[in-house]
Amino acid sequence: MSQIPADLRYTKSHEWLRTLPDGSVEIGITDHAQQSLGDLVFVEVPEAGRRLAAGDACAVVESVKAASDVYSPLAGEVAAGNPQLASQPDLINRDPYGEGWILRLKPSGGGAAETLDAAAYEAALAAGG
Amino acid sequence: MGRRTPLYDLHVAAGARMVDFGGWDMPVGYGSQIEEHHAVRRDAGMFDVSHMCTVDLRGAGVRPLLQRLLANDVGRLSAPGKALYSCMLRPDGGVIDDLIACYLDEKWFRLVVNAGTADKDLAWIKEHAKQIGVAVVPRRDLAMVAVQGPNARAKATPLLPEAARAGAAKLGVFFGAAFDDWFVSRTGYTGEDGFEVALPAESAADFWQALAAAGVTACGLGARDTLRLEAGMNLYGNDMDETVTPLESGLAWTVVLDGNRDFVGKQALMKQRADGVARKLSGLVLLDRGVLRSHQKTYGPAGEGEVTSGSFSPTLERSIGLARLPAATDGTVEVDIRGKSIPARVVTAPFVRNGRAKIEL
Repeated sequence: MSQIPADLRYTKSHEWLRTLPDGSVEIGITDHAQQSLGDLVFVEVPEAGRRLAAGDACAVVESVKAASDVYSPLAGEVAAGNPQLASQPDLINRDPYGEGWILRLKPSGGGAAETLDAAAYEAALAAGG
Repeated sequence: MGRRTPLYDLHVAAGARMVDFGGWDMPVGYGSQIEEHHAVRRDAGMFDVSHMCTVDLRGAGVRPLLQRLLANDVGRLSAPGKALYSCMLRPDGGVIDDLIACYLDEKWFRLVVNAGTADKDLAWIKEHAKQIGVAVVPRRDLAMVAVQGPNARAKATPLLPEAARAGAAKLGVFFGAAFDDWFVSRTGYTGEDGFEVALPAESAADFWQALAAAGVTACGLGARDTLRLEAGMNLYGNDMDETVTPLESGLAWTVVLDGNRDFVGKQALMKQRADGVARKLSGLVLLDRGVLRSHQKTYGPAGEGEVTSGSFSPTLERSIGLARLPAATDGTVEVDIRGKSIPARVVTAPFVRNGRAKIEL
């Protein structure tokens, strides 16, 4: 069973969102997503300053098996990409909701994809999503 | 639902992720694919390869039959138990399958063919066998377990039936031997030492569990793929198929064109060799971050090519692949990886053998 922390928001494409005290939003991929991908070997994170629209592909996570895009659930400007992932992509496998965060975004308020709470995400997974 | 091997329930109970492979429900991994990979390079791992099809060919004409059907020459096999890797070709030289043929006696050869091609292989072999009076017997009653790694034979030998232990311990590289209804060969698909053990389906679960208790790591198809890729071994359906010949697939060393022996596909290969082989299968090492994947396009002064297999090499900690390239390609090529052009160096496979890097990094 995969972990689904109750205090985060989720997307159907298996990203998670955490609102930080300064109003920026931290984004990563869920435990379910990292389990499905398997051992991650390469992660490409966005540069700070890049402007994203909701739904833009903003990062690439690549495992031994496959490459997968990460989509920004919000419009905004990238505050930071996780610099640790270049040398330690497996942080996402080991700690998907903590040290394995992928990017931080300053929301522009210009649009957001639909997000789910933990219970709704769990239900979506159970339904095969 | 696909076909299931006798070990299916054990895989599911171990938490394996099951995937379809050639019509079979097979474990792709049990946890970390990279850890499974390292277990084989450093110690011992085991694979359920019961989906592969063992075929017994019996009859006085079996050697001439295989000399006709295979591009490699079983006429070279004189020591009982010696095995040989070969392609089986269409008349136009396209590869029907690659297989292992083991010579047991003048009336008995044993083949092991790929799962996804077994039906067409059997049809093709039977068509030729009936003219020559050789019986073709697929052995779906057998399971098969590959035990691979530097400690594989030491760990597996004591777990074989009593009658097989002494004989298995003496097997030379690329030899096999039957011990009652078990068959042990010193072969594999990982670039490491080890055994492939064909055994009665009803004995498979006990053998698997005994291996696990002896510290042999269960490994899935994911690790099997990165291991064979590091070892520079082709995967049928990826690196070659009916549209290419062995000469275009890095397998010229398995083709015996000399002499009078006539085999299916020989004329086409002779013509291709005389005309010049336009494409070759080469190894690639990616020089920047990213991962090579099959079907990515390559570009170089000699023309375009295509990656046929690609992955991350856990041993070398970078991406490697096999690619079909214009024959004149040398040095480096550019690979289109998700819209970016990334350089890769052309190398001669294997990348890794017996736990050691075989290329300069």
